[in-house]
Formats: sequence, structure tokens, C-alpha cells
Amino acid sequence: MKSLRLLVPLAIFGVIAVFLFVGLSRDPREIPSPLVGKPAPTFNLTQLHAPGEKLSTADMKGQVWLLNVWASWCVSCRVEHPLLVQLAQSKVVPLIGLNYKDRVPEGLAWLAQHGDPYKLSVVDADGRVGIDWGVYGVPETFVVDKSGVIRYKHIGPVTAEALQKTILPLVRELQKA
Amino acid sequence: MMRWLTANNVTRWLPWCLAFVLGAAVAASPADVAFDARLKKLDEELRCLVCQNQSLADSNAPLAQDLRREVRSLADAGKSDTEIKAFLVARYGDFVLYKPPVKSTTWLLWFGPFVLLAGGAVAWWMVSRRRGRATGSERAAVDGPAVNAGVERARELLNDPRE
Repeated sequence: MKSLRLLVPLAIFGVIAVFLFVGLSRDPREIPSPLVGKPAPTFNLTQLHAPGEKLSTADMKGQVWLLNVWASWCVSCRVEHPLLVQLAQSKVVPLIGLNYKDRVPEGLAWLAQHGDPYKLSVVDADGRVGIDWGVYGVPETFVVDKSGVIRYKHIGPVTAEALQKTILPLVRELQKA
Repeated sequence: MMRWLTANNVTRWLPWCLAFVLGAAVAASPADVAFDARLKKLDEELRCLVCQNQSLADSNAPLAQDLRREVRSLADAGKSDTEIKAFLVARYGDFVLYKPPVKSTTWLLWFGPFVLLAGGAVAWWMVSRRRGRATGSERAAVDGPAVNAGVERARELLNDPRE
């Protein structure tokens, strides 16, 4: 009984240590989006390559698609870019770019230099649509299903692991639905 | 280089400066001041998502500027503070609020400290009750001989004149 009581502080320490350890291993920058599982916020934006034409979220209904938020000023966008170019070549899923708070000539020059993986990009010059989508750090990638519901949000540069283990399996599953 | 700061120039420009400052003061009517104060308070209750330990009011991150502009335009459109917060929570989640809402997932956060405090109080009460139950004589029986021997030894060592 007495030795059992001595174990109580150790047990308390153990619980605190587990909490702290879990807290340390989580990335505080990754804030779960309340938009996952909800209809994607609508937009009707000018296309980057065709200033006279627009793309709205309604145009994408009926297919699974990815929205990738990018900008020419975004350094970590360069990290994920080769992966996106590869993804585009595989033609598994259409990739729409949201050119976030950027200038059109700079955005175009950036795509010319690094390759254009996007089916098309739309211009969100003032970041208004970005706010609707809960964008707080570029790059961000959303998976939208056939009925226009956001199914997944990836914050930060897409990694090969995230793409192979999470995003693509989800896309295939949603395409079957 | 400092020629433009001559007395002549100062007297020439001073009225203009005064007019400008007074004009700005007149333009800021009490209603505007109250509106700005309301926005400032609101911005202080909202978190900047980029620099997470700063409020929207404190942060100069581009996103914070955008969100401040958004808050202002919503307020201009006649939205209430609650509606503005709901707008941001719908997009960025509860994390955007500095003060988390009380709901089932945050019960531990809100009430955990009080549960711990109550637990401590119960433990303290139990221990003190057990101590109190041990009567004076019992305590003397346990402590008495050892304490007396110790005092004796101390007196010897100190060469207490009473010995």
C-alpha cells in the first residue's frame, strides 16, 4: 500500500510527459481546416492565361479536382512544384492553380520558368478568395470531390509521401464514388 | 542644407501645418473614433494565423492586413461582432479566436484546471484529517524518545551550562 502510494507522483509525471511529448511532435502551423467536409467556397475568377475568360467552381462540378494555392513570391512553392509537374503528366486528376496575391506578369513568368502543371490558373490578386478558402500559408492544396465538397486540405508544400499515401489514394477513391 | 528651417520658413508653414492637424481632428468625428475603437478591440480578440502568438491588431503580416481589411469591410456592412467572428471561424476554425469557445472538445481546457484544484483540495483535506486523528499522546509516543534524545545530545555538544 505504501509503495503503491509512492508510485502516484511517477504516474502523474508519466501522464504529463505523454501530453508534452505528443504536443512537441505536432506541428503548430497545421491548423485543422473547418472547411474539410463542407462545400467548397465558390469563386468566379479571371484565368491567368486568358484575361477575358473566367473559371467558376461550378465549372468543376462532376469531377474530382485539386486546388493548389501558389504565388511567384512563394519560396516553398518551388519545393513542391516538380511533384506537381509530375502529377500533371500522369493526368490522374485536374489541377487548378489559385494564383494568390500575385501580379499577373510575374505569375506567368514563374510558370514559364518552372513549368506549368495546372489545367489552368485563376487570379486572386487581392486574396479575397484565399480568405474564403481559409488560406493562411502558401502553398496549400485542397482535394474537392465530384459534388464540390472539400475532402482534404494539405498545408505547406506537398511531399512525395503525402501525395502517394494520402492525396492520390483519396482522389482514386473519390473518383470511383 | 538646413536653410529651409529658417525662422521665415517656419512662420510661413506653421499655419498650414496647424490647419492640417486641426482638419484631421475635425474629420475624425466621435462616431468614427468609436468605430475604430470597436475594430481595434475586435482585432485584438482575433489571432493572426501566420504569426500565431500575435493578434490581428499587433501583426503586420500581409494576411493580418488582409483580415483587418476584411473585418473593417464587414463592420462597414453593418455586421455585428458575433457575425464577424463567425465569418472568420467558418474559414479558419476556432483557432482564429484568442479566447476559445466553451464546447465539448474544450471542456478539458476550460475546466481541467478547476478539476485539478479540487483534486488537490481533497488530497490536502484527507492528509490533514489523518494527521489530526493521530492524538497528541500517540504522536508523543512516536516522536518523544527520539526527539528527547536529540535534544540531550545537542545540549551535550553545546556544553549547555545547565548540565
